[in-house]
Amino acid sequence: MSILGFFSRGRSAPVARDRLQILLAHERALSGRTDLAAVLQKEILAVIARHIPIDQDKVMVKLDRGEQVSTLEIDIEMPDAALAPAAMAAARPPEAPAARPPRPRPQPRRQRP
Amino acid sequence: MSKVMVVTSGKGGVGKTTSSAALGAALAQAGQNVVVVDFDVGLRNLDLVMGAERRVVFDLVNVVQGDAKLPQALIRDKRLETLSLLPASQTRDKDALTEEGIGRVIEELRERFDWIICDSPAGIEKGATLAMRFADVAVVVTNPEVSSVRDSDRIIGMLDSKTLRAEGGERLQKHLLLTRYDPARAARGEMMKVEDVLEILAIPLLGIVAESPDVLTASNLGSPVTLHNPASPPARAYTEAARRLMGEEVAVVTPSPQRGLLSRLFGRRAAA
Ligand SMILES: Nc1ncnc2c1ncn2[C@@H]1O[C@H](COP(=O)(O)OP(=O)(O)OP(=O)(O)O)[C@@H](O)[C@H]1O
Ligand SMILES: [Mg+2]
Repeated sequence: MSILGFFSRGRSAPVARDRLQILLAHERALSGRTDLAAVLQKEILAVIARHIPIDQDKVMVKLDRGEQVSTLEIDIEMPDAALAPAAMAAARPPEAPAARPPRPRPQPRRQRP
Repeated sequence: MSKVMVVTSGKGGVGKTTSSAALGAALAQAGQNVVVVDFDVGLRNLDLVMGAERRVVFDLVNVVQGDAKLPQALIRDKRLETLSLLPASQTRDKDALTEEGIGRVIEELRERFDWIICDSPAGIEKGATLAMRFADVAVVVTNPEVSSVRDSDRIIGMLDSKTLRAEGGERLQKHLLLTRYDPARAARGEMMKVEDVLEILAIPLLGIVAESPDVLTASNLGSPVTLHNPASPPARAYTEAARRLMGEEVAVVTPSPQRGLLSRLFGRRAAA
């Protein structure tokens, strides 16, 4: 065993406790609706898709559950062609009012647990 | 050529998840592209052992059911970029998995990874049979103890009959990984000897991992033991097993009860 391994051996249990506390707090709070991230992603994308054609394969979703705050990051890659007026018109349903294109790379969205 | 490897045992708690994470990390440390897939739907734990529990958004069930794309569900390890995790669902039950759906996901994983390691749930039911279904290689995790050996024998029988390879008359490589081996107890005749287990199960030995406090420390910290403390005896055993999986010839050393004074003192203290 390394020196470091020896000195850190006694300290792993508190780390385990902290990790579990955070995880279980989230799991209990979400029980019955753990697909929240999936629902959020679907609805957010549906809104964006009303205005810009997006490729579902180019969407990355990242989550980091924290003690106080969790972050949900949705990263949508939009080819410049998708932002061209013709493509936008095609994506927009006829009855929808003209919308300004959102910024190409949405900032990470913060979501309170 | 990608390889699908199931880590299975029949009996619960013998070290499948520990071994999946440790072997996966060891292969990734050797430069292989590895994904570890948790098949324990409803009781996922691989995310905790690998320290990715805070980052799970989508899981295997979401991908199988088309609610998420594969890249969205894969979690890249923060320490090793060649290592990824595909978590199991915590809320659904195993009926959410279908053979056809798993087959599709495995095909997609084969395009991206060299090794697809399937951490099987305990038992011989659907979860376990799906985890082994597409395997090219099987690691049978066994403790030197009667019920574990018996269950392993049962699982070996299933590997020989219920996998796609077996049904197609193709060879499926099977390896025995002996874990939680206690050399002192084996020397005192309180635990089955390595040779006894090998003779009974009659499949080649991949490695022997001794019972060790380093495994608990690593899982407390959320790090595969081969990453957390590469010099520790269990990490060495797993790293050597990974080299054997890659085709290297490395002799298996049976852990011996003779240990230095220091480790004897501390080993005893940790066990108390
Ligand atoms: N070599 C070892 N030395 C000490 N403890 C170990 C060793 N291998 C595994 N363990 C411990 O044994 C317990 C069970 O291990 P693990 O979760 O890997 O088993 P499993 O086969 O995946 O269980 P399950 O059947 O429930 O999925 C864990 O607490 C783990 O830390
Ligand atoms: Mg397990």
